[in-house]
Amino acid sequence: MLSIKNLYVSINGKEILKDLNLEVKAGEIHAIMGPNGTGKSTLASVIAGRENYEVVSGTIIYNGMDLLRLPAEQRAREGVFLGFQYPVEIPGVSITNFIRTAINEQRKYKGLDPMPAQEFIAKMEEVKKMLNIQFNLANRSVNEGFSGGEKKKNEIFQMAMLNPKLAILDETDSGLDIDALKIVANGINQIKTDENAFIIITHYQRLLEYIIPDFVHILFDGKIVKSGGKELAIELEEKGYDWIKHET
Amino acid sequence: MEQENQKIINEVTSGKYKYGFVTGIETETVPKGLNEQIIRSISSKKNEPEFLLNFRLKSYRKWLSMKEPRWAKLEYPEINYQDIIYYAAPKKKQNDKSIDNIDPELKATFDKLGISLEEQKRLAGVAVDAVFDSVSVATTYQKTLENLGIVFCSFSEAVQKHPDLIEKYLGTVVPYDDNFFSALNSAVFSDGSFCYIPKKVRCPIELSTYFRINAAGTGQFERTLIIADEGAYVSYMEGCTAPMRDENQLHAAVVEIIALKDAEVKYSTVQNWYPGDREGRGGIYNFVTKRGICKGANSKISWTQVETGSAITWKYPSCILYGDNSNAEFYSVALTNNYQQADTGTKMIHIGKNTGSTIISKGISAGNSNNSYRGLVKMTKNATNSRNYSQCDSLLMGDKCGAHTFPYIKVENTSAIVEHEATTSKISDDQLFYCQQRGISRENAVELIVNGYAKDVLNKLPMEFAVEARKLLSISLEGNIG
Repeated sequence: MLSIKNLYVSINGKEILKDLNLEVKAGEIHAIMGPNGTGKSTLASVIAGRENYEVVSGTIIYNGMDLLRLPAEQRAREGVFLGFQYPVEIPGVSITNFIRTAINEQRKYKGLDPMPAQEFIAKMEEVKKMLNIQFNLANRSVNEGFSGGEKKKNEIFQMAMLNPKLAILDETDSGLDIDALKIVANGINQIKTDENAFIIITHYQRLLEYIIPDFVHILFDGKIVKSGGKELAIELEEKGYDWIKHET
Repeated sequence: MEQENQKIINEVTSGKYKYGFVTGIETETVPKGLNEQIIRSISSKKNEPEFLLNFRLKSYRKWLSMKEPRWAKLEYPEINYQDIIYYAAPKKKQNDKSIDNIDPELKATFDKLGISLEEQKRLAGVAVDAVFDSVSVATTYQKTLENLGIVFCSFSEAVQKHPDLIEKYLGTVVPYDDNFFSALNSAVFSDGSFCYIPKKVRCPIELSTYFRINAAGTGQFERTLIIADEGAYVSYMEGCTAPMRDENQLHAAVVEIIALKDAEVKYSTVQNWYPGDREGRGGIYNFVTKRGICKGANSKISWTQVETGSAITWKYPSCILYGDNSNAEFYSVALTNNYQQADTGTKMIHIGKNTGSTIISKGISAGNSNNSYRGLVKMTKNATNSRNYSQCDSLLMGDKCGAHTFPYIKVENTSAIVEHEATTSKISDDQLFYCQQRGISRENAVELIVNGYAKDVLNKLPMEFAVEARKLLSISLEGNIG
């Protein structure tokens, strides 16, 4: 599904990602771990198409497409979803309106008619129930006045509504209490199928108690220095990031 | 990134004006220029009673001694008042304004504007008075309203049928000598709408006036008078458009609202006069005086406006809170683009005790435009326990436009409370990227964010109008609709 080869990325002349390689297949969950400032969020942003990053060299192929050539909205319409680390507030725009606009633009791209209002409302209810999300979505503006946990739950809610092929969750677990963490993890487990894939960026092994990753990668100084199964996360938790620094 | 953003902003802010067509219809006009002869001829064409001719002449003589105000943050060349045609009317005689007798060209024009004059085609619940150039061409639902004792007709018709009401109220809220443009209007106004809601009657449908300037070289000077008698309620809407022309056309209207004891009037405007082209050529000069008085105790007036058109907007819908416990509201979205200039706001004059007013103003500036909020909140000596809350927000798009806020506050009563909040913001890259990451194009993201920003005001509009206003905001900002 996703194949990243020899990726070099810099921002304002500073090299962040250095020769990064990653292969993700449908049905897989990949966890990317690593200390602060090693390029985790940069990787997420570059896949999603944020513009202020300079891709110096390398390729990202997504379902046969050269992803780097597509504008952000087209990547989204092709099924790439980014759960933001810091979701932005959009005052006055209700979540309902926001997601509906997004769904209908994605449908339009696929040559489909807008989703009928009733179907949309039914789907919202269904997803709310599935995720066990209680906050009143219809009346609130996107992320405005949300607590940290609500913002993250809202990201998961949008992910469930949009049904992406590749979801990248950028530290969706950070700052969550245990209940919110369970909701987030449960959401991911509910949405996961053999057809889609997840890249979960996280600091801690905590989330991985609820989600079993197929692969764990350790990102350090702009490249993946170690890959393994779920045991790697546990090992990392025990030994700490210093262990990696010594290893490399 | 910066460049990219600039490109997007250019794209979304280069929308075309949809209502710029001209109706090919024969027009009857008076000669260019202004003098007593012209005023007498307008008055006699309309078969007016003497008090009205005197009102016009008094206003004209006062106007001659007045100076055009230049204190607003607006730049425009000298207006030659002798180069304007002060009266234009479609030639076919409109003795009977029933729908069957309307010129098909006119009917087609209003259809094209989305204002069907045929009652059965209208959305249920809206009565329309259509004003084409200087005259009212049709008023729908008159019969339905008559049964309730409601008078809703063109101003000219009201002059013939209810001269007593006109004489009693005309010029009582906006005196003939109030300001330069209102004095000019008082001298030459040609038509407009009149509305009277009798005691304790709740008008069951929305009343609406649609103004259309068509003829070249003319000015439009309409006069609207709304009276809500004790305990009455009415919601009134006003819309306007004009053809695209290279010349600037003058529009100087006066609206007066009187709310008696326990009465409530809601006045909503979607102003979409031709704003001029991308280089700033042409467009309407909109110098309008709108004022209401909460005359009786517990009365309420609210102004809601969505201003997207006009090359120049000079407009301050105001309220005099005279009755005790009266309440006034002003909700405004003013969008300027290209070389448009708007200096708009409100005045809230608190006279009665326990009076309250709310001001929510949302300015949106794009292109090379300038957008100013100018407001006065005045608490007079007797306005004990009165309060005002004002919120003035500005949204900037791009780096060539300007947003300005000029709030004036005068408090003469120590028990009065006045609050003022103001913010200025830009659409952030983070917001745009967040929307795009969900599959929303940049253009639609801008539309979404702008509509969200203006929501508090748009929600105050009657439903049908709100839909139109939302569309209008996005058309005014979009690149390829036209």
